[in-house]
Amino acid sequence: MNELKPKRGVAIIGIGITKFGEHWNLGLKELAVQAGTKAVEDAGISGEDIQLVVGGNMSSGLFTGQEHEAGLLADYLGLNPIPAIRTEGACSSGGLAMRVGCLAVASGMYNFVAVGGVEKMTDVYGPQATTALSGAMDYETEAYFGATFPGIYALIARRHMHEYGTTRKQLSLIAVKNHRNALHNPYAQYRKKITIGDVEKSMMVADPLRLLDCSPITDGAATVILAPADLARKYTDTPIYVRASAQASDTLSLFSRRSITTLDATVYAAKEAYRQARLSPKDIDFAEVHDCFTIAEICAYEDLGFTEKGKGGKLIEEGETEMGGKIPVNASGGLKAKGHPVGATGIAQIVEIVKQLKGEAEKRQVKNAELGLAHNVGGSGATATVHILSRDR
Amino acid sequence: MAKEFAVPFHWRRFKERYRLIGSRCDHCEKCFYPARVICPGCRRGGHMKEIKFSGKGKVHSYTIIRVPPEGFREYIPYIIVIVELEEGAKVLSQIVDCEPKDVKIGMRVTSCFRRIRTENETGLVLYGFKFRSV
Ligand SMILES: [Zn+2]
Repeated sequence: MNELKPKRGVAIIGIGITKFGEHWNLGLKELAVQAGTKAVEDAGISGEDIQLVVGGNMSSGLFTGQEHEAGLLADYLGLNPIPAIRTEGACSSGGLAMRVGCLAVASGMYNFVAVGGVEKMTDVYGPQATTALSGAMDYETEAYFGATFPGIYALIARRHMHEYGTTRKQLSLIAVKNHRNALHNPYAQYRKKITIGDVEKSMMVADPLRLLDCSPITDGAATVILAPADLARKYTDTPIYVRASAQASDTLSLFSRRSITTLDATVYAAKEAYRQARLSPKDIDFAEVHDCFTIAEICAYEDLGFTEKGKGGKLIEEGETEMGGKIPVNASGGLKAKGHPVGATGIAQIVEIVKQLKGEAEKRQVKNAELGLAHNVGGSGATATVHILSRDR
Repeated sequence: MAKEFAVPFHWRRFKERYRLIGSRCDHCEKCFYPARVICPGCRRGGHMKEIKFSGKGKVHSYTIIRVPPEGFREYIPYIIVIVELEEGAKVLSQIVDCEPKDVKIGMRVTSCFRRIRTENETGLVLYGFKFRSV
């Protein structure tokens, strides 16, 4: 990858998030405005200070009929005529928004950038939502033949089980952990404890993945306000610094990959993030990873370097990623239980990391949280972003 | 996958879907499905030539779709497989004439020509390759 250096550091000075779930009374714009307003208030700036809006969104067109999401955001946030950019990378649209925001501040072009993510998914019925999400994979060679998005991750799971002996129980433990964590997250969609038995008795969606292996359909939005690191302390006593912002790409279709059990985009993005921050996986205190399906969290452990390839299942079984473990993962409840409004997820992960680093995560607070990692994946791994945040510059 | 497109959307893919034609780089000798203009390994150092895959290969991974996307309801449960072709490329499609309980990783398969689904509004019947056990 490149050796280019940012002109200046980037900090997060404000965060805002909506409750995740099914919002009958809130549309795309109301969700975005709610999260945006909270973030601006949290930053202690006013709307006039914001110079750029970046909005992550996967498929507002298929979910609500409305494209041109960035224009909608600037309009209803009352921010015209400042520029607004939509980023789209399927489920990593939020992670891309964060990266574009970081690039805008790091380059010196903008001081205050509002970076949001929003998805309104429940205005269409289930099969239409499934169709919309199927655009995240290779449409002409995967979706055409009847593959579904859970089906693609099921192919990963089946092969992971075959190659590494990953077990049904290990998959279930991911769902159980993330639901347990979400009990303490007031913004989570599902605050309901589940057992291994519940997961293993839930409806089969695409063998071996069952309903409780899958993240839900969710409405939600999240926003962060970025500022140059040098100015951040003027606005908050606890700025959170962006130590790394990395991204990588891989083939759109799963079957074209070097290996279907490794997300190379995650591997490369992580490598680049560790290089930027001059850190190694061992230095990371906690992480929010992209658990769109239980198997995805196991792959993430391996591809982010928290454990060796093939040992992700063992890591959860030994409790290392539980609260109180060596590296707590998805303290928020993850996509699984917090909910997965696809375009908002990448920013919601950043919001959670900021709360943890500021010691404001209440009953789900990770102890000694100083370095947090956010990992966002688009599709089955054609795009991945990794951000590392810290309390220190 | 139920959005219905104009006929050329499908027509331009007949070669790859009906006859399993992809491409092969004359530099690194790697095969690709679907066809690519640029070799991801050699970029402009390689020239791509058409290749017709034999259709023979083995199951690399599989799943059984029980919650279908739009347009596939009448076919559930159906088996989706990734097949590693003998030329080295992998492809994704369905396996037919096989009970869900009988599909296994490593199983030898060969391609066959089948209907994929019928579009509701246009009545267009979509075809493509699938696999069956040998
Ligand atoms: Zn080549």
